[in-house]
Formats: sequence, structure tokens, C-alpha cells
Amino acid sequence: MKLGYSTYHYWRKSKSAITTTLCVLSALVAVVPLFLIFFYSLSQGIGSLNLNFFIKMPTPVGESGGGMANAIVGTGILIGLGSLLGLPVSIMTGIYLAEHKHGSFASIVRFLTDVLSGIPSIVVGVVAYIIVVLPMKHFSALAGGVALGILMIPTATRTTEEMMLLVPHTIREAALALGIPRWKVTLRVILPSALRGITTGILLALARAAGETAPLLFTALGNRFWSTDIGQPIAALSVFIYDYARAPFADWNRQAWAAAFVLIFLITIINVIFRFVTRGRYAGTGNGH
Amino acid sequence: MAHSASDIAAPVAQGSGGEAKMASPPGVFLRSQKRKSVNLGDTIFQSSTTFFAFLVFVLVFLMAYEMYRGSVPSIEKFGWSFLTREIWDPVQDEYGALVFIFGTVVSSIVALTFALPLSIGVAVFLSELAPGWIEKPMSFLIELLAAIPSIVYGLWGVFVLVPWLRVSVEPVLSRNLKFLPFFTGPSYGFGMLAAGIILAIMVLPIITSISRDVLKAIPTAQREAALALGATRWETTRIVLSDAKSGLLGATLLGLGRAVGETMAVTMVIGNRPEISASLLAPGYTMASVIANEFTEATSDMYVSSLIEIALILFVLTVLLNAAARLIVWSVTKKFKNA
Amino acid sequence: MQRMRTEKMRSLTITLLLFVASLIAGETAIAQMKLNGAGATFPYVIYSKWFDLYSKKAGVEFNYQSIGSGGGIKQVTEGTVDFGASDAFLSEDQLKAIKDKQGTDIIHIPTVMGAVVISYNLPAAGKDLRISPDVLAGIYLGQITNWNDAKIAAINPGKSLPDQSIIVAHRSDGSGTTNIFTDYLVKVSKTWAVNIGKGTSVNWPVGLGGKGNEGVAGLIKQSEGALGYVELAYAVQNGLPYALLQNKEGNFVEATFDGVSAAASGAARNMPGDLRVMITDAPGKDSYPICGFTWLLISKNMKDKAKAKEIKEFLKWAMTDGQSYAKDLYYAPLPETVAKLCLKKIDLIETN
Repeated sequence: MKLGYSTYHYWRKSKSAITTTLCVLSALVAVVPLFLIFFYSLSQGIGSLNLNFFIKMPTPVGESGGGMANAIVGTGILIGLGSLLGLPVSIMTGIYLAEHKHGSFASIVRFLTDVLSGIPSIVVGVVAYIIVVLPMKHFSALAGGVALGILMIPTATRTTEEMMLLVPHTIREAALALGIPRWKVTLRVILPSALRGITTGILLALARAAGETAPLLFTALGNRFWSTDIGQPIAALSVFIYDYARAPFADWNRQAWAAAFVLIFLITIINVIFRFVTRGRYAGTGNGH
Repeated sequence: MAHSASDIAAPVAQGSGGEAKMASPPGVFLRSQKRKSVNLGDTIFQSSTTFFAFLVFVLVFLMAYEMYRGSVPSIEKFGWSFLTREIWDPVQDEYGALVFIFGTVVSSIVALTFALPLSIGVAVFLSELAPGWIEKPMSFLIELLAAIPSIVYGLWGVFVLVPWLRVSVEPVLSRNLKFLPFFTGPSYGFGMLAAGIILAIMVLPIITSISRDVLKAIPTAQREAALALGATRWETTRIVLSDAKSGLLGATLLGLGRAVGETMAVTMVIGNRPEISASLLAPGYTMASVIANEFTEATSDMYVSSLIEIALILFVLTVLLNAAARLIVWSVTKKFKNA
Repeated sequence: MQRMRTEKMRSLTITLLLFVASLIAGETAIAQMKLNGAGATFPYVIYSKWFDLYSKKAGVEFNYQSIGSGGGIKQVTEGTVDFGASDAFLSEDQLKAIKDKQGTDIIHIPTVMGAVVISYNLPAAGKDLRISPDVLAGIYLGQITNWNDAKIAAINPGKSLPDQSIIVAHRSDGSGTTNIFTDYLVKVSKTWAVNIGKGTSVNWPVGLGGKGNEGVAGLIKQSEGALGYVELAYAVQNGLPYALLQNKEGNFVEATFDGVSAAASGAARNMPGDLRVMITDAPGKDSYPICGFTWLLISKNMKDKAKAKEIKEFLKWAMTDGQSYAKDLYYAPLPETVAKLCLKKIDLIETN
């Protein structure tokens, strides 16, 4: 006697097939915007992505041929400042968290770091305005750097901690067994092992900071001229994109797309590097972000 | 003074904090000298790292304090009614946050309505269905979506999404679904719908990656057991999903937290109109947008104070969302790590 | 191996630090005079030209950020900029606040005049759409919502107006342009005067908010069926048509230099000593109804006297050579009498 499959069985099977298809479809749909944005900005910006863009200064309203040289340097200086202010704190805190996996203060700090990561960048900008711009009595690259530094802290701290924890504990045991002081083990053995992952994680944080606009609106303000003075307002790529996108001038719109493409390109490269570096020895453990 | 091997091995293996006793070499004078230098180096290092960790601790509370201090004039004048007043009038110096709270909440809800089903679908795809050679590049692409700056989304929104909505989508919606209060009014293109869609694209990667991690954390044994009992693929997945329920909730809360705080992309497409409307086609205003637009020019002290109070509300909201999310996600992955 | 990597990292870090240090040192070594200003978007087209030219001519950099008149007033009050710009002159309260906070009076120096035009995006209507004060107020009050409304059709015989919603655009930020526009609306519409009022930021009954003159122009350009108020230069530079407005005498006039100058001529005769005056809804058959001065807000008693000197030099240039650039950029140069008054005012800026 051969047992046939009931209708119910086929119904269950087809339900499974339908939902599987839906999942595949959603995966496709989810990735579509990425390609749209990427290629649209490329096609729109490629015309403006000429040498002028990188070496020329902005021109007066309505005149074409200008570039974003000062904004490119400005963004560089801002993330440089942010790194100077935010990275030492992040790395040391990350080390602390890795060394005190089960401490209660460590848990609090870990929790607060996560909380810090959720604070909107505009709120950080408001705080930076209150604590830097008002006392200094003017807008400055420094204020922008402070805001970006604060924004970098959560990512950089978490990366440092995770990378340090990924180093096998056998290495630590071996070093300690050799009589090396505890602090040297952490600093000279474990940290260098984790350094590759930490560096690329920091690069990720920098790339993210480079794209920030909201906090710069009332800290660094903006500058039409070339400036590397940290006590003065400074231009930034992201703010230029914002200004140029809202403007009705077609030349400015195109420059905005070019700048957007530069940012996307940079971020993509850094993400690829990060992926490349953190596979292999430290293959993904499925840790969350 | 007897140090046994186990004394060394146990704390070191766990890598826990505190002073692990070092194995000291024979010879009393050598031992005491070495211990002194070891303790000094250790102490300095420990204090330094603790100091910086403490800085982070202080930073968060400093931010909260500064915002509170800035809001005091507004809090004193309006009290709790600030959260329920609909007026935003710089001429009369009368302010209320209700319009912006509404805008933030509605745009986030619209975003989640679009993003959540998609995210869960993608997460299921990535963790259950996709073979490794598809899963890895796709995960990477999704993460790349998360890394794109908000301003670029805004740029795309203004030049691509809004015109498309204004010309192709909204007229159709308002013609055919006019009877629903959600689709009344002229088709600006700019408005709540545009903001919701852009936010959906922005929170999708977050919800997806965390959901995928949560799903992966559920032991294979669950799946195997279901399959052994003759369940179809979908039925197995359903069981896994219900196990992961709270983790998925945590992921959603995190995505919501991001949606609430998003500034640039939303500011550029939402129409910047401080008004409460049931229609998705109507322009609106969010908490983050009003701060971005009006902070540099708030002329009166009360104006500034009200804006800082809105920043404070935003701060509290995102902190609560994030805290809840982290606690939930942490408890789920912990539960299944120990299972 | 480990040592080599550490050495490399160390030298790399030092190099980077030296580079950054040299940039900063180099900046201060050049000791170029740099001033920061912020404010109105209304005159941004000509200011950006002026500051660009002046930096090449005199080597002094005026970094001007166009964030809206409201922003200009705010930053002058907080003392975070060296000068401000606004098309809404400061009220007595605002002047007092600045005196309290910064310990100085503010001198208003008008630089140019501009016209606020009603620009629109409606290909079917072509150029030279006519708009009367009633229609304008009606649109912004939300009473007139469609382009083919009878009131619009009545004053535009011969134009085919489509059945399309009017997408109203206004400023989302604190704006001097809004101040000029609402000052006019208050004069021509009782309903507006009673319910909304005038100012740099008002409670708009309808419409989408754009940031800055460029934001509103951008909105109009991108949305078919849109209508909004922008400074003339922004409409022209973007090929946006703008309407003929009916002035006090009942004539439909185009926004031209003559129209603006006609409006200003009455004001020039009765210019108050502090040079603060609005010239909307001016009498005269050729007067364009919505136009105004735009001012630079200068501290009488600046702390940095070197900067005060540079500002004085620039202002003198702006009052003389600078005026010749106005017409090409669609602004109206100051009437002779006003320019002379300005030069006298400029002398009041203290430089010792």
C-alpha cells in the first residue's frame, strides 16, 4: 500500500515555497536602493568629478568652474581633530572593557557606550555648541572636531574591545607564564595582535564621521575660503553637499553629487578593507554591531 | 605565599580583572623587587584605562546635564504642557513640541511599516536560506547601506524620490484612496511619505544585521529537531522566529532609535511644516529637523531654550529606546549561548 | 618584527603630527586678515561676488555664511561673528539685547536694494502672470488653492490656467526676505495683519518650508505648480518666471531697477538717521510693491580694532566701486543720497 500525500501536505509545502520566495524577493528589494544611490550619484557626479573639483575653490554664486578643495581639506582636518580628541579615550576605554569582562563598572561603561552610540548626531552638535562655541565666542573647526570626536567614541571603543577579546587567551597565558608583567602583556602583546582589526575599525569610525553633517551646522559652520586654522570656521564636504543640494543652481547640484560620490567611494573602500582584514584569523563570530 | 599552578591558570584563563597573582621566581629579594615594579606598572596602566573609561561615563552625564541646563527657561515657562502644545510661534515666543513629536513618531512608524517585514525577510534569507557564497556578499552590501551618510540619502531623496512620488505615486494614491484620511491633500512629493520611505531604507540594514545575528545565535538543534519531526522549511523558520522574538524586538527598537534621530535625510524631504495632519501626503516636521533648521537663528532666549528642550526630549527618547533594545538583545543572545 | 612595526608606526605618527602642526603654523604665519560674517540669503548673490573680488583686490578674506537674516541677528547677538547681515533691521529690543550682551551699539549699513518677486513653476501660464494683493494674500492664507481659481483668472484674461493645486513655498528659517514679504502682506490684507502678522518667522497657514532663498527657489524649480517668494537674483539666475504685481496705484509692474528705485526714492528723502526703513507698498505709479534694503550689521565698538578697520575699508569700497556690480546681478544700487549717508555712518565705526 502506497501512502499518498494529503492536500494538507501540499498546502504546507506550497506555503513554505511561497514564504521562501518572499524572503528571497525581500533580499533583492533591500539591496536595490543601494545600487540606485550608488550608480545614480556616480552618473550625476561623474561630470563634475574633474580636476577642478579637487583643486579649485568655490566660486561666487552662479559662476561655474568652482571646486571643493577647501571642503576636502576641511573634512580631513575635522576628522583629524576628532581622532585626536576621541581616539585615545576610545582605545583606552576599549582596553579597559576588554580587561574587565565581568566587572560591574565595566558593564556600566559598556552600557553607556551603547547609549552614546544611539544619541542623534544633531544632539551632539547642540552640546558641542553649548560647551565650545559659546565660551569661545565663535564657530570653529575645534568645535566641529569635538562633536565628531564624541561621535567616534562608541564605534571605536566597541571595535577595540571586540578585537582585543578575539585574541586567543592562550597567547595571554603564554606571555604571563613567561613572567611578563600584566600591563605589558596587554599593551605589548595583545594590543599589537589586535591592532589590525582595531585600525580598520577606527577607519570605519572615521569614514562615518566624514559623512556627518548635522553636528557641523552650528559648530564648524562653514567657510568659502581656504582655511586650516582650527580656531576658525571651516568647510566640510558634507555641509557643502547640504548647501549645494538645496540650491537651484545646476552647477552646484552637480558638484553636490560629485562630493556624494567621493564620500560613498571612500566609505565603500574602507568597508571592503575592514571585511578583508577581519576575516581569516578572526573570522566572524557573529557578534552584533 | 604558596602559589600553585592553578592559582595562576584560573584567573588568567578567564582574562578577568583584578590583580592576578604572578608566579614569583625563587629568591626573596628578587621577588620583592620585581613585585614592586610589576605593581607600579600595573597600577599606572589600570588607573589610566579606568580613568578613560570614567571619562566616557562622565561624558554621557555631562551631555545630559548641559542640555537640561539649557532647557531650564523653557521648562520653567511651559512645564509639562510643552509636550502637548501644538503652537510654534517665534513671533509671540510661544512654543510647544507636540507637532515635532508627532512628526518624529509618524515618520518612524511609516518607516518601520515598510522596513520591518522586509528586514525580517532578508534576515531569514541570510541566516536560514542563503548559501555561504550569497550570504557573505549580501551581508556586506546591507552593511554598506548602513554606512552611507544621511546627507547622501537626502540628496537622493530630493532629486530622485520626491519627484517620483510627486509625479507617479502620490497622484495615483490620492485619486484612488481619497476616502482614506491618509491620502488626502495635494501631491507635493515632499512630506511624510517621502520621509517614511527614506527612513525605511536607512533603518533596514540595522534591523537586518541584528536580526540575522539573533537568528544565527539560536542553536541549530532547534532547527534540526523541527525538521526531524517533518516540518517544512517555513514551519522550521517560524519556530526559530518565535524563539528569537525578543531579539527581533530589540533589533526593531534599535532601528526605531535610529529613525527617531535621523536628521539630514528627513529635513531635506519632509517639507518643514509645523503642522499635524492625518495625511501621509502632507508635509511635516520632526524634532531633529526643527533643531537643524532653526538652531542657528533662534533669536530670543526662550526660542533657543525651547529648541534645546526638544534636543533633550530627543536625547531621552533615544536613550530609552537604545537601553531597552540592548537589554533585550543581550538577554536573548545570552540565553542561547548558555543553552 | 614586532619592533620594526612599532618603529614604523611611531615614525608615521610623528610625521602626521608634524604635518598637522605645520599646517596650523603655516596658517598663523601667513597672518592674513580673516573675518567671519553670517546672515541674509537675500543679498548672498552679490555678497559672494563682492567678497570674492575684494579678497583678490585687498587680500582680506570675508567668510560669509548665508544662513538667513535670523541667523545673522542671532550670531551678532551672541558675538560669534565679526559682522552680520539682515534684510530685517533690528528692533529696539534686539538692539538692547546686543548692548547688554556684547556692550556695543549696532550700526545698520544698507548695501543694496533688492526686489522680492513671486516666482512660479507653471509652464502652461508662461511669463508675466499677473497677481494682485488680494490674490497673493488669498494664496498664502490658503483661501485660493487652485491655479484656475476665478480670482486669478479674472486678472489674467487670455491665459490658460490649468486645474492644478498651488504648491505654496515659504521660508522655514528666520528670514529678512520673509520680513519684507510679510511687511507688505500686513499692509495689503487686514486678515493677514490680524491673524498672522509680520516678522522674520511667522506661523504660515499653508505651504512647504525651504531653507534660505536658495531653498525656496529650489522648491519652486523642482515642483510643478509651485509658487513662492524669492529675491529677484535667485529667480533670474535659475530661469524661473516671476509675476507682475499690482502696486498701490493699481498698475501691474515688473520687478526692475526702475521699479525698485522708484519705490526707494520716497524713502531716500525721508531716510531716518539710523538708516532703518521699510519700503514696501510704496506710492508711485512705477513703484514695485515688494522690495527692501538689506543691511550689514556692524558693531560700533568692536573689540578687535584691526578688524574694525578692515570692515570700514571694505564698506567704503562697497559704497563706491561695489555698487557698480549690483545691476548685473539684479540688485538695485543705493540711491546717491543714501550712499552718502552711509559713508557718514561708516565713519562712526570706532577704530581706536
